[in-house]
Amino acid sequence: MKRQIFLTAVLTTTIALAGCKTAAPEELPPQQAVVVPEAVATAAPAATGPVVGTQSHFVNAVNGQNVVFFDTDRYNIDSADAAALQTQAQYLMRYANITVTIEGHTDERGTRDYNIALGERRANSAKNYLVGLGVPSNRIATVSYGKERPTAMGSNAEAWAQNRRAVTVVIN
Amino acid sequence: MKNIFVLFSLFFAAPLAAQDLGSAPPPVEQLEILEEEGGLTGSVTDTSDWQDLGIAIAAFATDRDQPTGANASGTAALGQELARVISANLKNNGLFKPSGPDGLPQPTFQQVTAPQWASWSNRSAEMLVHGYVKAGADGRLTVGCYLYDVALKSELVRQGWVVSARDWRRAAHKCSDLVYSRLSGESPFFDSRIAYIAETGPKDNRTKRLAIMDSDGANHRFITTGRATALTPRYSPDYRQLVYLSYVDGNPRIYVYDIGAGKQTLVTQSTNPTFAPRWSPDGRWILYSMAVAGNTDIYRVSAEGGPSIRLTTTPGIDVGGSYSPDGKKIVFESDRSGSQQLYVMDSDGTNQKRISFFGGRAATPEWSPRGDQIAFTHIAGDFRVAVMNPSGGGLRFLTDDWQDEAPTWAPNGRILQYFRTERNSGRTSLWQVDLTGRNERRLDTPADASDPAWGPILP
Repeated sequence: MKRQIFLTAVLTTTIALAGCKTAAPEELPPQQAVVVPEAVATAAPAATGPVVGTQSHFVNAVNGQNVVFFDTDRYNIDSADAAALQTQAQYLMRYANITVTIEGHTDERGTRDYNIALGERRANSAKNYLVGLGVPSNRIATVSYGKERPTAMGSNAEAWAQNRRAVTVVIN
Repeated sequence: MKNIFVLFSLFFAAPLAAQDLGSAPPPVEQLEILEEEGGLTGSVTDTSDWQDLGIAIAAFATDRDQPTGANASGTAALGQELARVISANLKNNGLFKPSGPDGLPQPTFQQVTAPQWASWSNRSAEMLVHGYVKAGADGRLTVGCYLYDVALKSELVRQGWVVSARDWRRAAHKCSDLVYSRLSGESPFFDSRIAYIAETGPKDNRTKRLAIMDSDGANHRFITTGRATALTPRYSPDYRQLVYLSYVDGNPRIYVYDIGAGKQTLVTQSTNPTFAPRWSPDGRWILYSMAVAGNTDIYRVSAEGGPSIRLTTTPGIDVGGSYSPDGKKIVFESDRSGSQQLYVMDSDGTNQKRISFFGGRAATPEWSPRGDQIAFTHIAGDFRVAVMNPSGGGLRFLTDDWQDEAPTWAPNGRILQYFRTERNSGRTSLWQVDLTGRNERRLDTPADASDPAWGPILP
């Protein structure tokens, strides 16, 4: 019961914060929505380093494997992707209060609408794999950016290969 | 517990999207047609000789030089500007060989209906345009347009319109359409608007804003601020609304923007990703694509809101959709065969049949407003704008560059607009080409541009 209230409050806060891009929220979120869970706070080392609940903590813990890559027009999880997703799943099982969004992306060599659909396929593919490893489905959201958010700027095979990706992003 | 859920759903109903909208553009006003004589009905495509026709466009005369809300200097100067808009229209579209108004004699108000033939016969212009503009007491303008055959010394066609001062350019577009239709036999297209996406910024951090403009690029307005990515707009057939995709709440959502009110609503409350919005020709329906658990299908919803009807069900990506002008069929793209191809179905989703059976992939189909052609993006390495007839034959390529995509038809079904992406830099621009493949030209826009959508003839 407490956990349900906690999750609902977290979701509400997340969506409230997503809607208020340009101004601070009028009210602070209720106290129980503060993110850092007790168990981890006491176990964490006292000094420096990223804090649990931040993207940098996640990326450090998975050794940069928060991104998986795809072949042209494909959305299947290959063995390299599987290894990365397993590392992600281990992190998510350890820090049970973390929720993530998986962003699906494509390269620029596709038409705009189709690429939004393909990006969604890729995000879903990665999500399904994590769920298959035991991560609860309600902790993973998906969003597709199609070809709108490349990270590599060139128009060549190497750049396109880097842009065909699904990126797991911590959202709380 | 219950209270939290009530708050949750109320929050979604609130207009989050209003944060990304700029000030509302003026709504479209109906203009008044005064008189019409000598117009040609029906349309023929004969592209041979009329493109070498010289046509002199003289400055429009005025009965009295009066101030007008249309410009700073009054109706005499406005007469010059009207003629310039007409001349630019005909020149930019590769139609005829227009000259003037600069460097040509300026007719008096009386000469508009009784041309001085002597001063026009030796100017290598076979056709002559005269016109007038008068300012009314209510601030509106009356504009008359006359087309003459110089050799025959006879009037071919005339028409007049009453417009608000703010809409003076529409009178010039109406005159351009009158001349174009009478001489080519084609239907008009100049008096129309284009919605598109204005782009700025580096390739990995583009700002994309919804924008609208006249068919010649004038009266440009931004609709969104650019804080959130806007994509793939479409004008409603009555020009009262725009439908488009926005990431303003963090996810791809389709909004219906009311131009008069300056406000927008979601096309569906579903939280699944929705994209690729389209209007039916009668303005009653909106098509959109929605992804559920990674599978994308095409849905239809009433433009007034309400439940959505699912039109496609295959496990592939079924996306987009363009109605035939009679509203009975829809052409769409699907990769159910393994790669993107074009399919036609009845407007209720039945009788789905593939129509593209050539090499390469086919995407973004758009049915011509004349019903006789389907334009699409052909993908075989490069992206090229192509057309074919609705049963899938008669494939013709109209462009040949690295990445030309998303063709949209002019209202008369004889010109296509599309956007071109430059390799490496990712710069985008709007281009046009005739159905004959001729007269490919770039459109002038304030910044980079993509996702053009050409609306019908204005009311």
